[in-house]
Amino acid sequence: MNHSISLTVNGARRDFVLDDPRVTLLDLLRERLHLTGTKKGCDRGQCGACTILVDGKRINSCLALAISHDGADILTIEGLARGDQLHPVQAAFIAHDGFQCGFCTPGQIMSAIGMIKEAQAGNDPERIRECMSGNLCRCGAYVGIVDAVLDAQGRMDETNQRRSA
Amino acid sequence: MPELNLTSAPAHLRHGSNIGQPLTRRDGILKVTGRATYAADNHPQGMLFAVMAVSTTARGRVVSLDVAAAKRHPGVVDVMTPDHKPQLAIDPEIKTNPFVFRMEVLQSDEVRYANQPIAVVIAETLEAATEGAALLAPRYETLPPLVGLDAGESFAPPVVGVGNPAESHHGDVEAGLAAADKQIDATYETPPQYHNAMEPHSIVAAWNGDNLQIDMPTQGLALSLARVAELFGIAHEKIHIRSPFLGGGFGSKGLMAGPQVLGVMAAKLVGKPVKLVLRREQMYGPVGHRAPTRQRLRIGADAEGRLTALDHHARTVSSTFDDFFEPAAGASHTLYAAPAIRTSHDAVRVNTGTPLFMRAPGEATGSIALESAIDEMAFACGMDPLAFRLKNYAEVEPMTGRPFSSKALRACYEQGAARFGWAKRPLQPRQMRDDAGLLVGWGMGTATFPALMFQAEARAAIRRDGSGVMEIGAHDMGQGAWTALAQIAADAVGLDIDRLDFKSGTSDLPDAGIAGGSAHTATAGAAIHSAGAAVIGKLADLATSDERSPLFGAGNAGVIARDGRLIRRDDESRSESYAEILARAGLAEIEARGTGAANPAAMEQYAMHAHGAVFAEVKVDPELGQVRLTRMVGAFAAGRIVNPRMVQSQLFGGMIWGLSFALHEEAVTDRRSGRIMNANLGEYHIPVNADVPPLDVITVEEHDPHVNALGIKGVGEIGITGSAGAVANAVWHATGVRVRRFPIRIEELLTQG
Amino acid sequence: MKQFDYVRPATITEAVAAAAQPGAVFLAAGTNLLDLMKGGVSRPDRLVDVTHLDGLDGIETLADGSLRIGALVSNADLAHDAEFARSYPAVAEALLSGASAQLRNAATVGGNLLQRTRCAYFYDTASRCNKRTPGSGCDAREGENRSHAVLGWSESCIATHPSDFCVPLVALDAIVEIEGRGGRREIALDELHRLPGDAPERDTVLEPGDLIVAVRLPPAARGFAAHARYLKVRERTSYAFAVVSAASALRIENGRIAEARLGLGGVAAKPWRARAAEDALKGVAPTADAFQEAARRALEGAKPSGDNAFKIELARRIVVRALTLAAAGTPARIPALPASPFASTSGAIHA
Repeated sequence: MNHSISLTVNGARRDFVLDDPRVTLLDLLRERLHLTGTKKGCDRGQCGACTILVDGKRINSCLALAISHDGADILTIEGLARGDQLHPVQAAFIAHDGFQCGFCTPGQIMSAIGMIKEAQAGNDPERIRECMSGNLCRCGAYVGIVDAVLDAQGRMDETNQRRSA
Repeated sequence: MPELNLTSAPAHLRHGSNIGQPLTRRDGILKVTGRATYAADNHPQGMLFAVMAVSTTARGRVVSLDVAAAKRHPGVVDVMTPDHKPQLAIDPEIKTNPFVFRMEVLQSDEVRYANQPIAVVIAETLEAATEGAALLAPRYETLPPLVGLDAGESFAPPVVGVGNPAESHHGDVEAGLAAADKQIDATYETPPQYHNAMEPHSIVAAWNGDNLQIDMPTQGLALSLARVAELFGIAHEKIHIRSPFLGGGFGSKGLMAGPQVLGVMAAKLVGKPVKLVLRREQMYGPVGHRAPTRQRLRIGADAEGRLTALDHHARTVSSTFDDFFEPAAGASHTLYAAPAIRTSHDAVRVNTGTPLFMRAPGEATGSIALESAIDEMAFACGMDPLAFRLKNYAEVEPMTGRPFSSKALRACYEQGAARFGWAKRPLQPRQMRDDAGLLVGWGMGTATFPALMFQAEARAAIRRDGSGVMEIGAHDMGQGAWTALAQIAADAVGLDIDRLDFKSGTSDLPDAGIAGGSAHTATAGAAIHSAGAAVIGKLADLATSDERSPLFGAGNAGVIARDGRLIRRDDESRSESYAEILARAGLAEIEARGTGAANPAAMEQYAMHAHGAVFAEVKVDPELGQVRLTRMVGAFAAGRIVNPRMVQSQLFGGMIWGLSFALHEEAVTDRRSGRIMNANLGEYHIPVNADVPPLDVITVEEHDPHVNALGIKGVGEIGITGSAGAVANAVWHATGVRVRRFPIRIEELLTQG
Repeated sequence: MKQFDYVRPATITEAVAAAAQPGAVFLAAGTNLLDLMKGGVSRPDRLVDVTHLDGLDGIETLADGSLRIGALVSNADLAHDAEFARSYPAVAEALLSGASAQLRNAATVGGNLLQRTRCAYFYDTASRCNKRTPGSGCDAREGENRSHAVLGWSESCIATHPSDFCVPLVALDAIVEIEGRGGRREIALDELHRLPGDAPERDTVLEPGDLIVAVRLPPAARGFAAHARYLKVRERTSYAFAVVSAASALRIENGRIAEARLGLGGVAAKPWRARAAEDALKGVAPTADAFQEAARRALEGAKPSGDNAFKIELARRIVVRALTLAAAGTPARIPALPASPFASTSGAIHA
C-alpha cells in the first residue's frame, strides 16, 4: 500500500509517495533523498551517528519510521551551513579537532545543536559530557567535542546578546 | 562526487606553513557539512541493495535455505548462495601471500564461526533485501563449537603477529628467577575485542563489462586491489577503488574482507551496481577482531629492586581455518632492562572468525599485563612504580643489546609525572579519598610501540603555473593523513600548502602501502619527501644548466626550494620561480617519482621504538564498585611531530582505547553456542563522552636521525599501550584490589566494604 | 523487518479496536519496538500508530493533587518539566539517567513502561527463550547471566525489566490508566508487570488492544520531594542499562521516618517494590543501622539465577546508599550525572 507523506527537509517541503511503511527516516534521507550526510552506525539507537533534529528535537533517525513522522520538520547536517558560512558548531568542531574519521561527526554536530537548544547543560563541561553521551566516537575525539561545544555555545550566546542589544 | 576534493574554505585555519604546524584538518569542511563521501554514500544509477544472511551456528553446515520465501518478497531480485553465484578465478582458501586471509564467500556450505556469511539477498530496496535475508530461515547441521582459551590442545604457533617468532629469549630466566629476592607470578586475562569502527564495512561495486568500480573503505588500496584482481581474474588496470574517507579502521579495514568480496560478486551476479553494508552485529565475525589472551608473567627482582628475570607467556586463539596469533608477549622485549627475558606463545583453535590486527596488536594486550605485573613487582619491592621503572630503565634494547635510534622515555617520565603531580602519590593503596568519600587511585604505565616502515611510492609534479601536485594512494582513517601528508608534500616541493594539489585515496595512484603499524605517515611521508626532492632536483637541473637562468652554474645542490622558487644557496638574491623555469623550458609540467621504505642497515644497527609514560587517576565508589577515570596525562616521544593538533588527537584516541581496554570492552561469547551475546553497541561497551575526562598530552621533543629521512616514528597505536595498564594500576591503588581479568568489572571490586 | 500494515487511527477507540486483532501492536515512538523488529525479535503484522492521537501528551495536576501524565509525553519533556522535577525529583532523575538524550526526546511515558527486557537470549533469535517463543526453553539459565534477575525469577525465565523510570514510579504508587475493549480502567503500576512464573511471554497484565493512556501519581507522592533519590550502578558512566538501581523516598518528620518508599531496578522482571524494607523504616530514625536493616529486608528471598550473586550484595549496598542520599535531602538541582555514584564528585582529594 502506498502512503503519501510530506516532510519539510532543511527548509524545503518534500512530498513523497512511500511504497513501504518500513522505511525509517534515516533510510529515507540516505537512500531515497540522497542526503547521505546523516550516517548509519548501528541502526539500533545505540550510537547516535544518525542524529537529526525533528521538530527541533534531536532524535535517532534509525528508530523513527518515516510514515509516522508525516508533517514533521527535519533538519540534517546538510541544512546547517549558509553557503560558505558554517554554523558556529561546525566551525568549532574544525577548530577544536572534534573529530578524526568524521563518520560520527554529523550526528555529533546535530546532537550538539539539539543539546544547546535544550538548554539543560549550560557551560558545565560535566553536563555537556553527559548530554553528549548518546553519540559514540570510536576515534576518541570527546575532548575536542566538548571544547567545541563550549566554544560554539559561547559564540552563539554572544551573537544572541549582540542581536538583542 | 566520491573523489577526494579537499577544500580551503574560510574555516580552514592555518597557523603557518607545513611540517610542524598545527593545521586544522583539510577535510574538515567536508566532514562537518556532511559532504565527505564515505563508501556507503554512493548511489550509482540502477543500484541494488545487498544484505548478507549470516550463520547463527558456530560450527557445522547449512543444510537448507528457503530461497523461495526470500524471492517471494516483493522487491527481491536474486539470492546468492553457494549454488548460485559467480565463479571466482581462484579458490579463496588459497593463501597467495602472507597478507591474504581466508574468507567465506559462499565457496561451500560449511560454517566455521557464528556470523559467517551464508547467503546474500539482492533487492530493489534496503527494506526488501533485509527482510529477504531474514526469510531464508537457514537450517543447520550443528557440531559442538570450540570456544574459549581452553577449547582444545594447545600448540606453539610458527609465528605470531606478522612474522614475529613465537618464542624469544635472552639470558637464563630460570636462574634469574631463582636468584631473585622478590618474585611475582601472576596470570592476566584479556577478552576478545572488536574494532567497531563507527562506519560499518561497506562496498558499492559496479561492473562495466570487465571493468570494476569499487567504493570501499580500505586501509590498503593496493593490497585490496590485488586481492580483487586475483579473485575475479581481471587485470589490475581494470579495477578502480575509491576510498577517499574511512569511518575509522583500526586494523579491520586493512585487508579485503569476505563481505566486500561478496558485494563484488553480487554486482556481477545481477549485472547492476550493488551496495552491501554490514549490519553492526555482522561486524562481530568476518572482519577480524582482537583475540583473547591469558598471559602469565613471572618476574624476579633483587633486594634493590633491580629486575633479575622476566618471563612472559601468552596463550591466545586463532580460528579453525587460518592463522593470526596475537603477539602479546612481545611487549616484554623492549621496555625493561632485565638480564634475562623469555617470551613465548601458545594457542588453541576456536570457532571464531580469524583474529586480526587491531590497534596495537600484541602491544595493547601485552602492555596491560606487563604494566600490571611491573606495578605488582614495584609494590612487592616497596618502591614507587615510577622509581621502579627508572631503576630498570633500558639504556639499550634488552633482548638484543642494540642501541635505540632515539629514546626520550626518561623525559616522558619526568614531564608526565610533573604535570600529573605524581610525587604526592602514597605508596600504599586505598589511602586517598575525595570530599565525597570516593576512593582515589593513581596509576602509571609505560607506553611503547615499534617505529615501523613499509614501502610506498609517490609521484610529484610541478606545473607551469608554479603549482605542485603530489599523488599517492594513501589512506586517511581519521588520523589526519590528508593534512599531515600534504604538509610533508608541501615542504617536499617547496610550496605553500595551498599551492599544492594533493591527490590521494584512490587505487590508480602510486601504492602507499598499508595504513597500519603506525607507519603510514613515516612510509608515505618518506615517499612523498623523496618524490618532492626528485622533482625539485629535475627542476634545478633545468635551471642551473641553462645560462639564461640566474641560477646557471649553481649546481643541483647549490639551490634550495622555497615558496615556489629555487634560490641560490650562497646568494639568496639570485632566484627564479618554478613557473619561470618551466616556461623557458617550454614544459607544461615536470614530474618525478620517489619511494619510501625502511633502511635495512639502520634497522640492523638500531632498535627503533616510540615511547611514552601515562599517568591516570580513577575514582572508585567504595561500596558500589563503579569506576570512573578522572584524569589522565600522557607524555609521548615519537620523533618528529608533523602536525601537533592531529598528533594530540591520535594520542587522545589511543588513551581512550586504553581506558576502554581496562574498564569497558569485552565481547561475551556463549560457551555453548559460540555466539557473541553482545554483538551491538548497546552492550559491547566503548566509552561514551561522560567516561572521558579532560586528557592531557605532552609530546616530548625527540630527534631521531635513523628511523627515516623525516625522523617520524608514528603515533597511531602507542597511545593505547601504557594507558590501559595505567588505568588498571590506578584501580588497584584506589581499592587495594588487584584485578587480573580485563575489563575490570564491578563485582571484582565489591569484595571490600 | 517483516512487512506490516500501517494504520493511523483517529481516536483511541479506533486504536484499541485496531490493536486488539492478533498480530497487531501499538507504535508510539518506536525506540524499543523498531529495535526489536530490526532484530527479528518482534514480527508484527500490523502497526497501530498512536502518536497522532489527541489528548495523550499533557501533564496536568488534578483537583485532588494527583499528577496525570499523558502516555505520549516524551521522557525528556517530562524530566525537564520544572514543576514535575521539583515535585517528583527521583522520577526526573531516573528518567535522565536512562538511555541517551536522543532516545529520551523520542521515547514516551507509555512506551517506557512497556519496554522489553535486554536479556541477550531474548534478543538472540537463535537462542531458546520462553519469553520470545513460549515453551522453547531458557538458554539464559545456564548461559551468560551475570546481569540477570535475583528476585522473583522462575526456571522458565530469569530476565529483568530494564526501565529506570518505573523504579521510582512503582515506589510512589503510580497508577496506570488503560483504555481497553471494555472501556477505561486503572491499575497500580506494581500490578502492571508480571513475574515470569510459567508464562514469561506475558510481560504485563495487559490484554490485546489495551492502550496505556496515562500514568498518574497520587497526591501522597508529592510528600517525598524533600528526600528522594534514584541511584544506578552502570558499566559506563552514561548510556548504559542499570546493573542494579534503587529509588528511595522518605518522609521525615521530627527526625524520624514517617514513611519510606523503596524500589529496585535491574533485579527482577518487574520494577521491584521493597515493602518489607519500607515497613522496617517506618517510625525509626534515619540511621545507618536502620538502612542496613532495610537493605537486608529488601533482598530477603533473593537468590542468584546464575553468575550474578554479586547483584544481591550490590543491591543491598545500593539500597543503603540510596536511603542515605535521600535522608541527606534532595539536591536543589538534578546532578550533572543523574543517578550516578559520581554525581557529587568534587575536586578535593585527601589522604
